Amino acid sequence: MPALRGVELAVEAGQKVGIAGESGCGKSTLALSLLRLLPPGTEVTGRVRLDGEDVLTMGWGRLRAVRWAAASIVFQGAMHSLNPVRRVGAQILEPILVHGEGGGADPGRRVARLLEDVGLAASAAEAYPHQLSGGQRQRVMIAMALACSPRLVVADEPTSALDVMVQAQILRLVDRLVTDQGIGLVMISHDLSVLTSTCDRLVVMYAGRIVEEGPAGEVFTAPRHPYTAALAAAHPRIGDRASRRNPGGLPGDPPDVERLPEGCSFRPRCPVAVAGCELVDPPLWPAGAGRRVACIHVRPVEPGAG
Amino acid sequence: MSAEPILSARGLHVTFPGRRGGQPARAVDGVNLDVHPSEILALVGESGCGKTTLARTLMGLERPSAGEVRFGGVALDYSTRSLRAYRRRVQLVLQDPTGSLNPRHSVYEAVAEGLRIHGAEAFGSFGDEEAKVADALSRAGLRPPERFFRRYPHELSGGQRQRVVIAGALVLDPRVIVADEPVASLDASVRGEILKLLLALREDSGLSALVVTHDLGLAWNVADRVAVMYLGRIVETGPVETILRSPRHPYTQALLSVASAGAGSAAVILGGEPPDPARIPSGCRFHPRCPALGSGVAAAAGVEPACRAVDPGALPGGREAAVACHLFPPLVERL
Repeated sequence: MPALRGVELAVEAGQKVGIAGESGCGKSTLALSLLRLLPPGTEVTGRVRLDGEDVLTMGWGRLRAVRWAAASIVFQGAMHSLNPVRRVGAQILEPILVHGEGGGADPGRRVARLLEDVGLAASAAEAYPHQLSGGQRQRVMIAMALACSPRLVVADEPTSALDVMVQAQILRLVDRLVTDQGIGLVMISHDLSVLTSTCDRLVVMYAGRIVEEGPAGEVFTAPRHPYTAALAAAHPRIGDRASRRNPGGLPGDPPDVERLPEGCSFRPRCPVAVAGCELVDPPLWPAGAGRRVACIHVRPVEPGAG
Repeated sequence: MSAEPILSARGLHVTFPGRRGGQPARAVDGVNLDVHPSEILALVGESGCGKTTLARTLMGLERPSAGEVRFGGVALDYSTRSLRAYRRRVQLVLQDPTGSLNPRHSVYEAVAEGLRIHGAEAFGSFGDEEAKVADALSRAGLRPPERFFRRYPHELSGGQRQRVVIAGALVLDPRVIVADEPVASLDASVRGEILKLLLALREDSGLSALVVTHDLGLAWNVADRVAVMYLGRIVETGPVETILRSPRHPYTQALLSVASAGAGSAAVILGGEPPDPARIPSGCRFHPRCPALGSGVAAAAGVEPACRAVDPGALPGGREAAVACHLFPPLVERL
């Protein structure tokens, strides 16, 4: 079954791109495919270029070198991604020893430095994961991701298991590190407001495709695709009269990728569907500066303008 | 809305013994709280603030170490028999519908289970089980109900599973629903539909709800009143529109700024981790993280010594707006 259907995405150095969507929309598949981490047997077509080099066709040796050193991933469950019986410092050191030139003469100093960068005491290196809180563990994961000074960091729901306040701490930390070090960031979340507060650009996915993309603030406050509008309304602006005692939402459920509806995949849940939506699955059309939207309502006036 | 609360907590304390000889954890440390008929109250706080323990105590699942829980003005009696009758009137809806449903029970069995446990007294005007189950499913928005009877949890979407869990609560005709993060595990687009259901149930059946959540947006979407909990105490409470539009407690202000601005520059992000209920700070329990203390606002108002040394005390409960902060002494409020 196709989890992704024709996704195009570009991330520049120092740019922060947010990918939003619900479970099953393909956003995590996209993250894993960027570093060829999908299970064997998965068919991936197309190209993934990292600094011009095609990740999908490179040899295993090169791929191993690229992971961590050129691009790294922060997964959502820090508890499950860290080894429970090894000290945190040793786990951060491992990618440095295997991949990095970053260790220098004194890898221990490098670990201490990384821990301080993510707001932990250097002494945290001696701790086991269970001795740390959820937020501290997520900080360790970020330190590991940065250990080999990668060019790209992919963060898959980096804060979704955390409390609001700790979530805000982690997001601000990621923002600062990525900006300071000029790293490209791909951040994945189901929460449009989280992505908007951190990212420059937003990409909204539905049923394996991109349905809207553009500058984060504009996409969030003035969405053009009805699905983006529903996602934005799911997290109300507090104080906004329209959402008081009036939660936003969509009837129905995200579609089953094995049984996609004819035409536009969003049509069965779409509040503004019209005749014709069942005929074409609209491509991403240009919709203003830096914006593209896959919806019949933003069809360009001149055919071929896109 | 009648004046008398249907469910209330008075001077409630719940203390758990310390681990490995440590200090006991005061998870709920002096709470007064009222839920009125047909009222939706949002209990808001970070993990570890005691909100889930408070909800469990209101359900009769934990025994308070001091204070009492009252239902319809009568203090809860912890005999097995009265607890059983009580749990028919006050029903719990948990966060994760997948974990709350037995994968080998059909939707019908899941909803009928409560009826079977509570026996004849639960049937009310409905003579038979099937009619009662169908009614509950359809009130929870699963229509036509018969289509869902023989389905199993894995055949349903996340939103439908949460509706089954809610139907399982509704089948006993409760007066109050206690919902612990009812939409936290659901997809964003499905969240609104479940919240609309809570509003509709209040409208149609006069159901009261205590919604436990970390999400202030949820409170804005559905609740009449909000109670903000920090380290075992309610630190600010009142009508949603008052508290969420003009919060007074620095903790509520920080939570709101993060809810509206995320990690953006306008957010007041508190440092450190949510604190430990086994080591509640002296004075105001929020003072070590308080932005008003850090920024000198408290010093300028002349209350800094009080912040460090004097506990502002427990709020009284009831419907009025109230805040436990030395910057807003109760005397000033009355003037």
